[in-house]
Amino acid sequence: SSQFTYFILSVSSNLAKQEQSIFELWGHGKCPEELYSSLKNYPVEKMVPFLHSGSTYKIKIHTFNKTLTQEEKVKRIDALEFLPFEGKVNLKKPQHVFSILEDYGLDPNHIPENPHNIYFGRWIADGQRELIESYSVKKRHFIGNTSMDAGLSFIMANHGKVKKNDIVFDPFVGTGGLLIASAHFGAYVYGTDIDYNTVHGLGKASRKNQKWRGPDENIRANLRQYGLEKYYLDVLVSDASKPSWRKGTYFDAIITDPPYGIRESTRRTGSQKEIPKGIEKCPESHVPVSLSYHLSDMFFDLLNFSAETLVLGGRLVYWLPVYTPEYTEEMVPWHPCLKLISNCEQKLSSHTSRRLITMEKVKEFENFSDSFLLQSKL
Amino acid sequence: MRLLTHNLLTSHVRGVGPRGFPLRLQATEVRINPVEFNPDFIARMIPKVEWAALLEAADTLHLIEVPKEPIQGYERNEEFLRKMHHVLLEVEVLEGTLQCPESGRLFPISRGIPNMLLSDEETET
Repeated sequence: SSQFTYFILSVSSNLAKQEQSIFELWGHGKCPEELYSSLKNYPVEKMVPFLHSGSTYKIKIHTFNKTLTQEEKVKRIDALEFLPFEGKVNLKKPQHVFSILEDYGLDPNHIPENPHNIYFGRWIADGQRELIESYSVKKRHFIGNTSMDAGLSFIMANHGKVKKNDIVFDPFVGTGGLLIASAHFGAYVYGTDIDYNTVHGLGKASRKNQKWRGPDENIRANLRQYGLEKYYLDVLVSDASKPSWRKGTYFDAIITDPPYGIRESTRRTGSQKEIPKGIEKCPESHVPVSLSYHLSDMFFDLLNFSAETLVLGGRLVYWLPVYTPEYTEEMVPWHPCLKLISNCEQKLSSHTSRRLITMEKVKEFENFSDSFLLQSKL
Repeated sequence: MRLLTHNLLTSHVRGVGPRGFPLRLQATEVRINPVEFNPDFIARMIPKVEWAALLEAADTLHLIEVPKEPIQGYERNEEFLRKMHHVLLEVEVLEGTLQCPESGRLFPISRGIPNMLLSDEETET
């Protein structure tokens, strides 16, 4: 399993303004040689989509606590000639922006000759244009108890390879946080949730000091707030285990954070729960379903549904809860039509974590044979 | 609910299978809501549309100028794409029902949001 290969750069240029950017990290080192060998170890197949001959790009350099001359900057960019850039440089409107980041420490009175750290990455989103900061959960109108960290939403959309004109679906949409990131990348979005009140934006407010959700507190309003309303297709009240989507392949990505009893409390008890040993049940919160939805069933359904409705090459990105002492790779749900692309851990507590699973549909779903294979594996 | 969405939905009442599509649309409140025209997105959707179901729903809503089928070279035909854009994305059913054509079961639409929930007994295993 791989580590997270992203970093979020947070820079305070002054008290009033903090800039944040997300980069996909391709290499780093404590000196140029270490950076270059780190870059040589980055899988070429991960680079190629952004460097191919039909693409345009530019390379920027950011230095922290030091100023470089133009000549010095050019030297550093030239040193990256060994990377397989085949596209054309476009300084005005490149499709892809890459950055070299050099960290010269925090003390302006003692600026070292050489940087402490050098990073090279592909720029994904930028706080200067109020993206990460304005997408921060505090500012968003409509938040539920489990609204995801804005940065992680972007990472999930990136794992899903979400791009312009895609259709992205979240079957456990909640307050729509994951849809915002996808809409930002130009995808049109669908969401479903079993909770009527959440989908309609009704009921008890999650933000402190508010008694009820206003009429502008729903998923559509959230998108409108960021100028992304044109990407809102629809949301439905629906049970993800009994989907209402017809036969066909029309989702380019399914990006979701299924409920698994960590933060969302069960409606009956109203209490926050730790994951019990040997993670079993999902909250029994759903009207009118009376049976509790076992976790393993939920992931089985999710993978099956994804295999049926994703386009070939489409991606499923979801969080899998893990009781760390018992985790093995075999516990990651499997499907004959979906290939595991990545599995990244995020620690939640001393013995629980969750894993960001990314899968890609590599084979069309064939009802009888694939269901048979699935049953025999369980 | 947009007509693109209606085109993707089916009834999952126990036993109906493929006869659950398309859902019969009935609307008491409809809104025409302009959406920015994106020809590339519309062109991508054309192959996914179940045309008979779309025509049926458009007819129920008394929409005019609905293309009867995809035309040759539709990807570059702006007039065709604009008409499809209007039908698929700009017509919203705010209040109404979707009915399973086989079982008659009704799924309500309120505030533009369909409610597809069924009890355990009603749904397929």
